[in-house]
Amino acid sequence: MPDLAGLITYASFFFVTALVNAIVCLGLNLQWGQTGLFNVGIAGFVAIGAYASALLTTPAIEGHWGGFALPIVIGWIGAMAAAGALSAFVGAITLRLRADYLAITTFGVAVTVHLVALNAQRLTGGAFGIGFIPRPFESLAEKPLQFGVANLAVVAALVGILYVALERLVRSPWGRVLRAIREDERAARSLGKNPTHYRLQAFALGGAIMGLGGAVHAHYIGFIAPENYQSALTFQIWAMLIVGGSGNNRGAIIGAILIWALWSASGLAIGAFFPAEEQARAAALRIAAIGAMLATMIVLRPRGLLGERATVSRHLDDVRP
Amino acid sequence: MNDIRRAILVVDNLVAGYEPGLPIVNGASLSLGAAEIVVILGPNGAGKSTLIKAVAGLIPIAGGKVILAGKDITRLPAHQIARNGLAFTPQTENVFAGMTVDDNLRLASGILAVSQRRARIEEMYALFPDLARQRRLLAGRLSGGQRQMLAIGRALLVGPSVLALDEPSAGLSPRLVDVVFSRLNDIRASGVAIVLVEQNARAALAIADRAYIMSEGRIAHEGAAPGLATDPAVAALYLGGLKAGTPRGAAS
Amino acid sequence: MTLQFVADGLIAGALIGLGAIGVTLTYSILRFANFAHGEFISFGAYATLLLAGAIGAIFAGSTQSIGSLSIGWAVVAAGLIAMALTGLLALALDFLVFRRLREKGAAITTVMASFGASMALRALLEFMFTSRPTYFSRDLQIAMPIGLGIRVTPDQMALLGVTAALLIAVHLLLTRTQTGRAMRAVSENPSLARVAGIDVDRVVRTTWLLGGSLACAAGVMLGLLVQIRPYMGFDLLLPLFAAAILGGIGSVPGAVAGALIVGVSEAAAVQMVGAEWRAAVAFLLLSGILLIKPTGLFGKSE
Repeated sequence: MPDLAGLITYASFFFVTALVNAIVCLGLNLQWGQTGLFNVGIAGFVAIGAYASALLTTPAIEGHWGGFALPIVIGWIGAMAAAGALSAFVGAITLRLRADYLAITTFGVAVTVHLVALNAQRLTGGAFGIGFIPRPFESLAEKPLQFGVANLAVVAALVGILYVALERLVRSPWGRVLRAIREDERAARSLGKNPTHYRLQAFALGGAIMGLGGAVHAHYIGFIAPENYQSALTFQIWAMLIVGGSGNNRGAIIGAILIWALWSASGLAIGAFFPAEEQARAAALRIAAIGAMLATMIVLRPRGLLGERATVSRHLDDVRP
Repeated sequence: MNDIRRAILVVDNLVAGYEPGLPIVNGASLSLGAAEIVVILGPNGAGKSTLIKAVAGLIPIAGGKVILAGKDITRLPAHQIARNGLAFTPQTENVFAGMTVDDNLRLASGILAVSQRRARIEEMYALFPDLARQRRLLAGRLSGGQRQMLAIGRALLVGPSVLALDEPSAGLSPRLVDVVFSRLNDIRASGVAIVLVEQNARAALAIADRAYIMSEGRIAHEGAAPGLATDPAVAALYLGGLKAGTPRGAAS
Repeated sequence: MTLQFVADGLIAGALIGLGAIGVTLTYSILRFANFAHGEFISFGAYATLLLAGAIGAIFAGSTQSIGSLSIGWAVVAAGLIAMALTGLLALALDFLVFRRLREKGAAITTVMASFGASMALRALLEFMFTSRPTYFSRDLQIAMPIGLGIRVTPDQMALLGVTAALLIAVHLLLTRTQTGRAMRAVSENPSLARVAGIDVDRVVRTTWLLGGSLACAAGVMLGLLVQIRPYMGFDLLLPLFAAAILGGIGSVPGAVAGALIVGVSEAAAVQMVGAEWRAAVAFLLLSGILLIKPTGLFGKSE
């Protein structure tokens, strides 16, 4: 007799994580799919959101900075603000330069954020991270089924709201200017629109959404550590967007669920078929396979599974110095 | 008018453009004889530059043929076209500004046999003494006229059968334009066929044997150069194409 | 604070320089930031390790230490062969992935593909060799004082010499040979290079071979001086990019100068605030140069 309650609990865990990734992926789609900006440091912005929210909402601890014990919602808003601000800073230095410079700088951000998270003990708890992060529906924590479903409802609603909001944004005058800049920057400029400002706004907003994803995840799991935010995460989110369909919000969500399913399934397979000593190596093989798949996808089918709308115009590359 | 069979360069119904399906050159034909100077004139946007770049191998050719000394070079990559004897100087960025004058020439000499290289470079220096004096100078520091000389010298170095130039007068003072064009005359006398795209019709027609007038991607008119300066058909073509803007040095 | 950081910084700078040259050449000739360059470094180290093992097994005596160095001829020969192999790896990657994207004209997608490829290569190394660090030799080296309060090991001195030799060789290649001139030409103006008779595809291949083999040399150095592990090259990527951008993209002397600045700054930071903050130095230098002079120290101002 199948354990239905256990199944639903697991499914809710699966989907919460998949949808949290979808949030981050939606943020990336705004940066890449809508604006053509290549962010190689996604993990850093997610981490900033997670840590910012954690610091704002956890109770004060002796010898540690932070711990304002504010409500979860404040934490989430703070996460968006922090990640958005960092994105704005990065964008401000690099957006007027070559596209690769943004990639390299975001990469540097991720490395540095990870470094700070690992070493600034008093702020981030170092390698041990931050624990006791308040969780939504904390009172239900003893009942995994209800806890899982309640959180799933919250995250699903959040994704729904984000999706609608982003779709509206794409069709708004602001979104149309963004598309115009992507298609023909010179024409947009001649109409008095400053492309750098619009790109900066898109990049900052996308980063803020990534931070939100990090915060939501932190509050669901209850504890965070630097090892959660490394290049593998950046890589996962990219795989989700590329496979699902870049330029496409629906593709971002579907890609997130798909890749997370692949990831979880292969994780289960590794756990089942490989002895403990070999599991790390098998996990490495998994990444190698997905990396190869990502590269192949980019070469053969850059629009992804769902790619309907055209991706970034080539003009974006030959405008820069 | 040259017999096509003796022509050193034949362009036959060329269709070319940066993007497939959007041709800028739409069925242009011309021929160049062995010791001729032929000039391609026309208003802005007619496709002159695109035509000559396509001949040089820089722009994808969608239809038609280019034949150099009897060899079909239509599908050849630009560097092979250069090695087959067609030397091209673009309008802007026609020298390697970050390299010295000498390095610019030595680079071009790579096509030649090793034993010939230094000799040919010294021949270029003899032809352009100004450049010889500034071998070690970065090409970017040369004056506009000297840069044009270096561009031409670089192209001539390999002993091409055809020299193709895209607006060699661009950015030069009238005096320098005359200097450059008299050089071109000398080069033709030494046996090199020249085809050039020009906005400065006056200067070009003064040295050219024949001229083609391009309009909207096609050759609209052709004729012997001396008569064209006063030909009313030419003026009409130019004036017709003048709706958007005035070409510099239009026939007056 | 002693002057030790100068020696440590120069050595780190030499290492970073070997990698940064490859990055700056790839960037200026192929026009994209190759995130897989770190993996050339790691691959080079592992390839050398494997080959050295094979050579040592076949040729008795090749594992014997040369003088006061910690390695024998096996490693040296292996390193040379690995340099060629790493160059071939770079070519293979270009052939399989980058070339097709280049033909489609999507520059930033190439960067993305390089990121995916780097992840795959790194994971492959981890799969084959596990993430446990390993070494060329277990010999402990004694650092000898050379004055001014500075101590260096024989390995470090040798590698500094090898790097200097390599850098001189690269400089001569770029300034005195046709190949070098062709590379500089393509880096500045590819279409002009074409009409001047340069086979750009050939220049591209040469660039990959050169970049790959130099990266391998950097990997062997790093493996010798520190340790060999799958993430060794990846961890060097940020300093590599910082050095290349600091010096001015496309400038090989710039990349070397940038690398020395990054190396010495990192070493100074290690002495002042601790080794754990080392990686942040590269990021600070990168941000700084992008704010002040994005074209780099030796780059042309736009």
